[in-house]
Amino acid sequence: MTSETADPAQAAGIAPAADPGFLQRHGGSIEYVLIPGAALIAALGVFGGFVALFGKNPLDLYFYMYYGAFGTWFSWQNTLTRAAPLILTALCTALPAQLGMVIIGGEGALLIGALCATSAALALQAMPPLVVQFSMVGAGMIGGGLWIMLAGALRQYRGVNETISSLLLVYIALAVLNHLVEGPLRDPASLNKPSTREIGAANMIGSIPGTDVHWGLLFGVVAAVAAYILIYHTTFGFAARVAGGNIRAAKIVGLSVGKLILSICFLAGACAGLAGMVEVAAVQGRTNANLAVGYGFTGILVAFLARQNPLAVIPVAILLGGIGASGGLLQRRLGLPDASVQVLQGIIFIFVLASDAIYGRIGFLKGRS
Amino acid sequence: MDFGRISRRHLLQGGAALTLGAAAGLRPAFAADTTIGFIYVGSRDDYGYNQAHAQGAAALKKLAGIKVVEEEKVPETDAVEKTMESMINLDGATLLFPTSFGYYNPHMVKMAAKYPKLHFEHCGGLWTDKDPKNAGSYFGYIDEAQYISGIVAGATSKSGKLGFVAAKPIPQVLRNINAFTLGARLANPKATTQVIFTGDWSMPVKEAEATNSLIDQGVDVLTCHVDGPKTMVENAARRGAMVCGYHVNQSPLAPKAYLTGAEWNWEALYPKFVKMIQTGESIPNFYRGGLKEEIVKLSPYGEAVSAETRKHADDIKAKLTAGDYVIFKGPLLDNKGKTVITAGTERGQKDPELEKMDYLVEGVIGATS
Repeated sequence: MTSETADPAQAAGIAPAADPGFLQRHGGSIEYVLIPGAALIAALGVFGGFVALFGKNPLDLYFYMYYGAFGTWFSWQNTLTRAAPLILTALCTALPAQLGMVIIGGEGALLIGALCATSAALALQAMPPLVVQFSMVGAGMIGGGLWIMLAGALRQYRGVNETISSLLLVYIALAVLNHLVEGPLRDPASLNKPSTREIGAANMIGSIPGTDVHWGLLFGVVAAVAAYILIYHTTFGFAARVAGGNIRAAKIVGLSVGKLILSICFLAGACAGLAGMVEVAAVQGRTNANLAVGYGFTGILVAFLARQNPLAVIPVAILLGGIGASGGLLQRRLGLPDASVQVLQGIIFIFVLASDAIYGRIGFLKGRS
Repeated sequence: MDFGRISRRHLLQGGAALTLGAAAGLRPAFAADTTIGFIYVGSRDDYGYNQAHAQGAAALKKLAGIKVVEEEKVPETDAVEKTMESMINLDGATLLFPTSFGYYNPHMVKMAAKYPKLHFEHCGGLWTDKDPKNAGSYFGYIDEAQYISGIVAGATSKSGKLGFVAAKPIPQVLRNINAFTLGARLANPKATTQVIFTGDWSMPVKEAEATNSLIDQGVDVLTCHVDGPKTMVENAARRGAMVCGYHVNQSPLAPKAYLTGAEWNWEALYPKFVKMIQTGESIPNFYRGGLKEEIVKLSPYGEAVSAETRKHADDIKAKLTAGDYVIFKGPLLDNKGKTVITAGTERGQKDPELEKMDYLVEGVIGATS
C-alpha cells in the first residue's frame, strides 16, 4: 500500500465519532465495484500489449472498442442486442450458484425452451397473437426449467454431479433439436437449411419502441431484478443461501434442501428457456441449428464475472455485449482476427477470477477491529 | 485506415459532442470510394467455403475506388444483422456480401427492407419474388465441377473405392455426392463412393474420424462437402490416399496427393457484379450458373493424373462449358434400386426437380437418414 492509499484510512481513523467512516461502512460494496473494475482495466492493459505485439497501436484499439460498443446510438443498440440473451442465460448459472451448485448447461435449456416455444406457437396458429406469445413464454420457461431441474434431480436423488450432467444435457438437447428439426418438425420447404415452420410474422414480439433492441433485454433485466429480490430479500432466498453455505446445517435446521434444489434449478432453467423463446420470437422466427451459437456458454462467463450476483449480471452482460459489438470493428479497422476478441474475454476472465484473492484485503476499506 | 485516425483525433479532442460532427464530416470522404462489406461465417483462411469468398473479396480490393471491409466468424443470428448495420453505419458500406447460407432469411431480408437504397448480395440462390428487390442471391452449379472431379477420381483410383465426407444429407450436398459418383462411374463403371455424414458444416474431429475410417475400408481417393476441407485433405494425404478438393484449391496442403478439385470462382463473379452496379445495370436477383458462366472451376490436375484421364476430363468439361452435356439423365436408379429419373428424361442444370434431390444414386454406399 502506498501512503496515498493509506491516507483515507488514517483520515477516517481520526474521525471523532465512534461511527466508522464512509469507506469502512461501505467498504464491502465499494470493493464489488473497485476490484472488478481494476481487474477489467488491467485486462485491457494486457490486451493492449498483446495487440501491440502485432504492430497495432493500442490507442487505436481502445478507441475502436469504445466507438464500436458505446460510441454512437447505433453502437449502443448493437451492444444491448447482444447483451439481451446473455443476461438470461447467465441467470441459469447464477441462481443455482446460490445453492453452491455449478450448473453450466444453460445452452441446453435455451435450445429446449426454443423448441417448446416454437411448438406452442405452431400448435396455436389459430389463436390471437397475444395468446400465442404468452403460451410461447410459458412453454419456453417450463421446457427450459424442467431441463435444468433434471440435472438438479439427478444430483438430489442420484448423487450425480450437476456440472457434468448439465453439460451432457446440452449435447442431448442439441441432438433432440437436430432430430426434430430434420425430422418430425421439419418444414418441407426448408430444403438446404432444415428448420421448423415459421411461427408467423404476427406472432413475433418485435423490438422495444424507438430502438432495434428486442424485448429480450427487458425480460432479462426484469428476471435479473426478480432473481435478486428472491435471493436477497425473501425467506426462500435466505434458505437457499443457508443451504448454499452449509448443506448439513441447513438440513439440521429443518430446511427442505431437495425442494430448494429443484425449485432453484427450475427457475434457472426457466430463465435460459425464456432466452430461447426470445431468440425464436424476436430474431429467428423458427427453430433451427442457428440457435445453438453458444449464448448459454457465454452466460457462464457472465455469471462468474458477476460473481454470481443476479443484479451484477446486467452490467457484465452489457460489457460482454459491448466487446462482441466492438469485435467486428476491430476486425475491420485494425485487421485483427476474430479470435482476438476471445483472447480478450479470456484475459478478462482470468483477471477477474484472480482478483477474488484481494477481497477484504484492501487496507483503507477495512473497518478497524 | 486514415479516416479512422482523423476521427479518433477529432473524438479525443472534442469528446462525445463531436462524434456526430466527425462522422458527418467523414461522409464525403467515403463517398469517393465505394465501400463493400464481406461477412463470413467461419474464418477466412479455412481453405474452404469462407476462403473462396475471401478470394473474391481480394479480387475486388485490386479495383480502383473500391474499399473492402471484412468480418469473419459471424454467427447466423441477429449478430449478422448488427454486423451489416455496423458496416453500413460506421464504415459507409453500400454493397454487402453476407456469404453464409443461413444469413439470408430472416436476417439479410430484414436489412434489405430496412435499407432499400443499398445492395445486398447473398450466396445460396434463395431469392424469391416476395423478397426485396435490392436483395439478390446467387449460386453456382458446382456439381458440374464435382462431376469432372469424379471422372478423375474414378480413373485414378486403384481400388475403385472412393470416399466422400459430407456435412448433412440436404439437396445441395446429395447433388454433389451423386454428380461425383456419376462422374467416377463414367470413368470406371465399377467404382463406388462410400459416404459419411458428419452432421454439421464444421466438425473437424468427426471429419478426421470419417477420413480415417474410409481409408481403413480400402478407399484410396477422397473428397468432401464440408466448410473446411483442410482436415480431410491433410489426414488423407498423411495416410497415403489421394484427394479431390472442394471450395478452393487445396493443393498447397497436399501437393502429391491432390488430383483436382471443384472450386468456386468468386474472384471472377464479384468484379463482374461491381461493374454491373457501377454502370447502372441491375444484377439479376436470382443469379446462377456453372462452368459456362465461370462461377465454378476446377483446380489444375495433380501429377498423379494420367494424360489419358486428363483428356477424358477435359472433353467432358468442354461439353459442359458449351452447355450440351447433361449429368442427371434417365434411366437413373438410386442406391436402393428405385428409378429416380426415367429413361428418356434429361434433367438439365436449371431443372427445379434437382433442387429437391433426396436420394443417393446407384454406386453410392450410404443412406440419407
